[in-house]
Amino acid sequence: MAEEITLSVFRGDRSGGREQEYKIPAMTGMVVLDALHYIQAHQAPDLAVRWNCKAAHCGSCSAEINGSAKLLCKTRVDDYENEVIHVRPMHTFPVIKDLVTDVSWNYEKLRQIPAFQPAINAPFTLQQRDVDRLQEFRRCIECFLCQNICHVLRDHDAKDAYWGPRMMIRISELQMHPLDTADRLDLLKGAAGIGYCNITKCCTVVCPQGINITENGIIPMKESVADKYFDPLGGLVRKMHK
Amino acid sequence: MSENIESHSYDILIIGSGGAGLRAAIAAAEGGAKVAVLGKSLLGKAHTVMAEGGVAASLGNVDPDDGWETHFYDTMRSGHFINNYKTAEVFSKEAPQRVLELEQWGAVFDRTPEGKIMQRPFGAHTFRRLAHVGDRTGMELIRTLEQKILTTNVDVFQEITATKLFLDNGRIAGAVAYYREDGRFALFAAKAVVIATGGWGKLFKVTSNSWESTGDGAALAFRAGAELIDMEMVQFHPTGMVWPPGVRGILVTEGVRGEGGLLRNSEGERFMEKYDPQRMELSSRDVVARGIYKEAQAGRGTPHGGAWLDITHRGPEYIKRKLPGMYQQFMALADVDITKTPFEVGPTIHYTMGGLKVDAYSCATNVPGLFAAGECAAGLHGANRLGGNSLSDILVFGKRAGDGALEFIQGNEGMPRIDEGEVQAEIQRVLAPVGKEDGENPYAIHERLQEIMADHAGISRTGSDLEKGLELILELKERSRNMVAPGSRAFNPGWHTVQDVSNMITLSEAIVRGAIERKESRGAQWRLDFPDELEEFGKVNFVHKLEDGEVKTYTSPVPEMPKELQELFELGAAPGVAKSGKKE
Ligand SMILES: Cc1cc2nc3c(=O)[nH]c(=O)nc-3n(C[C@H](O)[C@H](O)[C@H](O)COP(=O)(O)OP(=O)(O)OC[C@H]3O[C@@H](n4cnc5c(N)ncnc54)[C@H](O)[C@@H]3O)c2cc1C
Ligand code: SF4
Ligand code: SF4
Ligand code: FES
Repeated sequence: MAEEITLSVFRGDRSGGREQEYKIPAMTGMVVLDALHYIQAHQAPDLAVRWNCKAAHCGSCSAEINGSAKLLCKTRVDDYENEVIHVRPMHTFPVIKDLVTDVSWNYEKLRQIPAFQPAINAPFTLQQRDVDRLQEFRRCIECFLCQNICHVLRDHDAKDAYWGPRMMIRISELQMHPLDTADRLDLLKGAAGIGYCNITKCCTVVCPQGINITENGIIPMKESVADKYFDPLGGLVRKMHK
Repeated sequence: MSENIESHSYDILIIGSGGAGLRAAIAAAEGGAKVAVLGKSLLGKAHTVMAEGGVAASLGNVDPDDGWETHFYDTMRSGHFINNYKTAEVFSKEAPQRVLELEQWGAVFDRTPEGKIMQRPFGAHTFRRLAHVGDRTGMELIRTLEQKILTTNVDVFQEITATKLFLDNGRIAGAVAYYREDGRFALFAAKAVVIATGGWGKLFKVTSNSWESTGDGAALAFRAGAELIDMEMVQFHPTGMVWPPGVRGILVTEGVRGEGGLLRNSEGERFMEKYDPQRMELSSRDVVARGIYKEAQAGRGTPHGGAWLDITHRGPEYIKRKLPGMYQQFMALADVDITKTPFEVGPTIHYTMGGLKVDAYSCATNVPGLFAAGECAAGLHGANRLGGNSLSDILVFGKRAGDGALEFIQGNEGMPRIDEGEVQAEIQRVLAPVGKEDGENPYAIHERLQEIMADHAGISRTGSDLEKGLELILELKERSRNMVAPGSRAFNPGWHTVQDVSNMITLSEAIVRGAIERKESRGAQWRLDFPDELEEFGKVNFVHKLEDGEVKTYTSPVPEMPKELQELFELGAAPGVAKSGKKE
């Protein structure tokens, strides 16, 4: 691999900014986050980037690398041999500084989802096959890359109408829990705006945890909403939603 | 120039939004208190999120002979009996309730064939005891607590760094903090404060810890008069990644060995036979870490100085289901398929057993109104922590600290006063390096500190190395007074590092002083010049206090177990094993 790598990193804040180039020595197995840390330690101590685990567990280091939404700690520098690596903040959320964005909107929405309401007291008897799907959804690291990429939020800035794929799988997980008694279908159809999703599957493609957001979460939820509100014409309505 | 600052007033202020802090906040809020939680990161992203293997609790779902007595027995034995037995006793009794409560709040653990919470074996636990979710248990735990917090009226302050605690006539009065986003300061007056800021693994370069683990809360409390104990006890996890360089130190969960992974040296030998023929790979962490280290020292290491860990015999399907994170981690970061080949592992700094000295029941420190729980507190783990015991620690003592603080404010209702001058002075101190170009680079100081710790207070120690280390730390402390942070206060990691490094230097001094005093080998403390565990040192803990700006080190007697607990160690086997009549 090349001895030296070139990164072009967005530097700026709410009022604007531009990409700045840095050249750093390459190291075997380096990820983009390592490269940014090198820049911090040697060239730009105030370069702002979020991270915690460096192991794809915490979902802090979301950014856009050469146009793709990715985790900085999971993206290898040698994936971009002989290319300049452009690193920019997530587009859908307001920039705070450099690569750090304001994702507080997501926490506001998380707070508005009615919590788990079990019918009985733990310990629960639940079979592994009953919880496989829930566990798939609970793998979510809240990196918000899916929120970033969903065109409803990204291109149409319809955050007041649609809560985005992360919230859809959180709601799905609760709805599919065999012991949960709360009903969130009103919410899904109303404020959370599931109807705005037109199943482009971009969220699923980008999810670093490999959660099948659309197939396993959003589509079944759309069906539940359709069954509740539009039966007996459910089938017809479902087609119109596609 | 005096800063206009945002000002808040709470019954209970919790510093730290990891597992311990969130659990404390839930307890305090359920008791009706007005509560704030501060964290350096976003909600749900604290260091706790990284925990992989599981949470230890004697639910007895797969091994019905398990019970609190055996969990207590394992915990004390692993801690080499310098733990506080009272802490270990309430811990082992309450851990199962705390885990079940998570299920009640929405956590979804892996299941047994009967549909109960699944439990896996882990090093030095007599029974299969770790409730888990694949290899992402910490994530499940913190997510559940995050989701619970969001249903309470606790005020969560994200990405905010506390820099100082204030006292009012010796009683805790609150803290000042700055928002990382823009460097704005906020003052939090509070009747009680809970420190839940985690450990200080970032003192070492090869570490499994996140950037947050810089020991802030322990250092802040120490400066406010709280005592530190067992600081010399720093855990090396036997299995961190060793290659490529960028990932060196990242954890390979003990779950790999729990699921049957075998350790071999470069000669293909299962070397743990030499160090612990009975428990082999599942011996306690201090023993396995030293085993790997000794093999490498003797020239039987892997190409990058570690040992081989092999799980291939479990087959790809099983590995991908039980250890999906590990599979992914090696694929993505090291180009290694762990379902097909053995991989290199080596010791990495993982956990700090020492910390703030607290009451076993209320988690109170010696400063009235100041409480501590989680990795920043000490007493439970003694000289070595058992895997899985930290996640149950943060649940059990997070709750107890919240309850302890509630009880305290019932007897101390008035809001203490914080001296305005002290607050302004602190703000000026914190701001001093901002925008300066000429001076010490905080990243370089941090790196130097890590070198000193690795070279002088690492896995193997000697008196002379430690003395030299102390000298170097004191020199570095002087240099560190001149750290600078070019740029503005807006999200400036260089400036943030200045705070972190100052705290770590404070704690490093206590670690080295404790290690010098403990002239024996016990648990994590391995002294080449005193290779044996000595009875006299089994009776004492080393306690540090700040007196007129100087660190003073004292001994304090290890609390003595009452007869009925002592008897648990005289059965010839672990209590659950002895009771069932089966052989260990
Ligand atoms: C990779 C890895 C795997 C692990 N696996 C396991 C396991 O399987 N089982 C197990 O039992 N244990 C495990 N552990 C250990 C366990 O995860 C930790 O000991 C535990 O999570 C610590 O929790 P805590 O709440 O005490 O602190 P943390 O989770 O470290 O949280 C500290 C909090 O304090 C905040 N904070 C710190 N300083 C300040 C400040 N100045 N101002 C404001 N806020 C501040 C931080 O932002 C954070 O929110 C593992 C550890 C690692 C690193
Ligand atoms: S499938 Fe739906 S949620 Fe996902 S990106 Fe497309 S529109 Fe957004
Ligand atoms: S669903 Fe996937 S992409 Fe979306 S926040 Fe969760 S982990 Fe990230
Ligand atoms: S740093 Fe945690 S996901 Fe990248």
